[in-house]
Amino acid sequence: MDTFVQQLINGLNVGAIYALIALGYTMVYGILRLINFAHGDVYMVGAFAGYFIALSLGLAAGPSIFSLALVLLGSMIIAAIVGMIIERFAYRPVRKYSRMTTLIMAIGVSLLIENLFVARIGAAPRAFPDFLGSQSQPPIHLFGNAAISKAQIIIFLVSIALMVLLQWVVFRTKVGTAMRAVSFNLNSAKLMGINTDAIISLTFAIGSSLAAAGGVLTAQYNPNIDPLMGILTGLKAFVAAVLGGIGNIPGAVLGGLLIGAAETFVVGYGSQIGIASTYRDAVAFAILILVLLLRPSGLLGSTVQEKV
Amino acid sequence: MKRTLFALFLITTLLTALACERRGNATNGSGTGPIVVGYYGDLSGRTSSFGQSTKNGAEMAADEINKAGGIDGRTIQIIVEDDQGEPNKAATVVTKLINQDKVMAILGEVASSNSLAAAPKAQAAKVPMISPSSTNPAVTQVGDYIFRVCFIDPFQGEVMAKFAANNLKAKHAAILYDFNSDYSRGLFEFFKRSFTSLGGQIVLEKSYTQGDRDFSGQLTAIRSANPDVIYVPGYYGEVGVISNQTKQLGIKAPLLGGDGWDAPQLWQLGGASLNGNYISNHYSVDDPSPAIQKFVADYKARYNISPDALAALGYDSMKVLADAIKRAGSTENTKLRDAIAQTKDFPGVTGKISIDKDRNAVKPAVVLKLENSKFVYETTIAPEGSTPPATSSAPASGASTAGAPAPPAKAASPTN
Repeated sequence: MDTFVQQLINGLNVGAIYALIALGYTMVYGILRLINFAHGDVYMVGAFAGYFIALSLGLAAGPSIFSLALVLLGSMIIAAIVGMIIERFAYRPVRKYSRMTTLIMAIGVSLLIENLFVARIGAAPRAFPDFLGSQSQPPIHLFGNAAISKAQIIIFLVSIALMVLLQWVVFRTKVGTAMRAVSFNLNSAKLMGINTDAIISLTFAIGSSLAAAGGVLTAQYNPNIDPLMGILTGLKAFVAAVLGGIGNIPGAVLGGLLIGAAETFVVGYGSQIGIASTYRDAVAFAILILVLLLRPSGLLGSTVQEKV
Repeated sequence: MKRTLFALFLITTLLTALACERRGNATNGSGTGPIVVGYYGDLSGRTSSFGQSTKNGAEMAADEINKAGGIDGRTIQIIVEDDQGEPNKAATVVTKLINQDKVMAILGEVASSNSLAAAPKAQAAKVPMISPSSTNPAVTQVGDYIFRVCFIDPFQGEVMAKFAANNLKAKHAAILYDFNSDYSRGLFEFFKRSFTSLGGQIVLEKSYTQGDRDFSGQLTAIRSANPDVIYVPGYYGEVGVISNQTKQLGIKAPLLGGDGWDAPQLWQLGGASLNGNYISNHYSVDDPSPAIQKFVADYKARYNISPDALAALGYDSMKVLADAIKRAGSTENTKLRDAIAQTKDFPGVTGKISIDKDRNAVKPAVVLKLENSKFVYETTIAPEGSTPPATSSAPASGASTAGAPAPPAKAASPTN
């Protein structure tokens, strides 16, 4: 029982990160019908932004929630700017062409970011400073063997807070109303006097900053960061968005948590039913195929889509 | 205009190629001119710490030889190629070293997967290749031009199994290995064989793939199997994170590993969580022998960092090669090959190196304990007679350990 609870905590912990990234995919898709394949790389950029902020401010490892908050905020701002730059200079110029053009552009941007980073800073893994002291402190015991570490608690708390904040922005503010209007119909929204370019830009900024938060948070648990870290994680987050119903915000969160839990259970219990732990990555993509075959609109994306 | 440009480009490329060709031929004489040696390694990929350290060691050795007048008056020139840690690139750069640079011998790689990809090229061209630190047995089985100056996985796996069973008194072990790495799988197999033959039991085997970041699923399963020790024969990038997450799950059993852990980045990734773990390695910087201390001091003076085992092996590989060239009295490939094969009791930094009939080095291993960002010498475990045959059917029966049993203080068994 305690092992099951532990695996659930592990799985939701991974899933929370997928959820944060999936939100960016789903928001951009909702508004532009674009799968932004560079989004996984924005997640990587966010992690590195945090790393370099910590380095330049001389924030060494050592338990300090303040340092973590500072790095988290800084990297979210930098990633938001990066997201807006990508949108302005890569997607906006080709927005009027076919959707295929934008998709190919997205793949190009993704490869460009990855290879720029490899060329500039190398592919060797770097160690993100540990701001929670999790390398030396024992975890908090729940019952039996089940335990939760400080990093995991922080990951849960911050991601829930960010998701609630996003929900509030989208449904309770004027900007959010404009975003929803643009997602229903871009041209009508423009006729209503909404500055659609600004709204699209803002959507990229919000999505990117959520991904960056995911990057910094995950680095508190897995301090190993490298320029290619966004590829697989980004793809899985994309699957999470599709699973939940792409364009649907609660769906992205649900999808992320489900994918995270599914792959952790495969690793933890797969060998008992003859599935090796190396199948963890295959699981997410098997789910993608099943969803597309059985329920193309995703779990929550059935009748009325709240496209944002 | 475009056409002219293109034609110009073509001509320049051809000319450059020709020029390279001519330069290559010029250096291939056996009498005079520098002795050109190729080095390939991972200088910018995921395991670039390995490639950099080895390169540093090899270049330092070459400089020492050149300063002392070279070999029969000829200096050594090392041409360095980066394979980015990818097997197919390793094969490409080695082909380039052979065909374009006309090297007389090749040093490299660290990771067995990369050496295995490149060795057939060297063998086909009959250019002697010395791997400083690829420990998978298959590497030197590629052919009679492929050598190494380190011990092999059957021995390294056996060393840790013996240390776990005899010194740590472990009865139950769990294993977490890298599914896609020849090195990790090799160590896993040989540790398992030795540990079970010593009366131990493997309670759980789990795997991951290079680049994974979350290991909590595997580690939680391992925790519920309640092992005395966990064998993690991986590379430093993943191991640092694994160690970190082991602590976060409250696992108290020590992690055991191999030489793949040995990199400065390990400490940044794993920090304090690494304390109390053990690895098998090629040498210890704490070794008081004057030769080792001189090497450590020189290396620190030159690179401003303490040499890891890969630097020491890079250094030794260059020295063994130079010794063989001197004895062969020529850089002609068959003579050089025979001279390397006849290396006996060469006093290297990583111990006395003798090349056996399978072209592997026979030498002892050390076990190091990880304490406060340092590898602390624990014990030495020597091979008995020769190494077991490189292929399978190498039961860990015979060999006895020189270091075991350890003093009682160190043999405290890790009960949880």
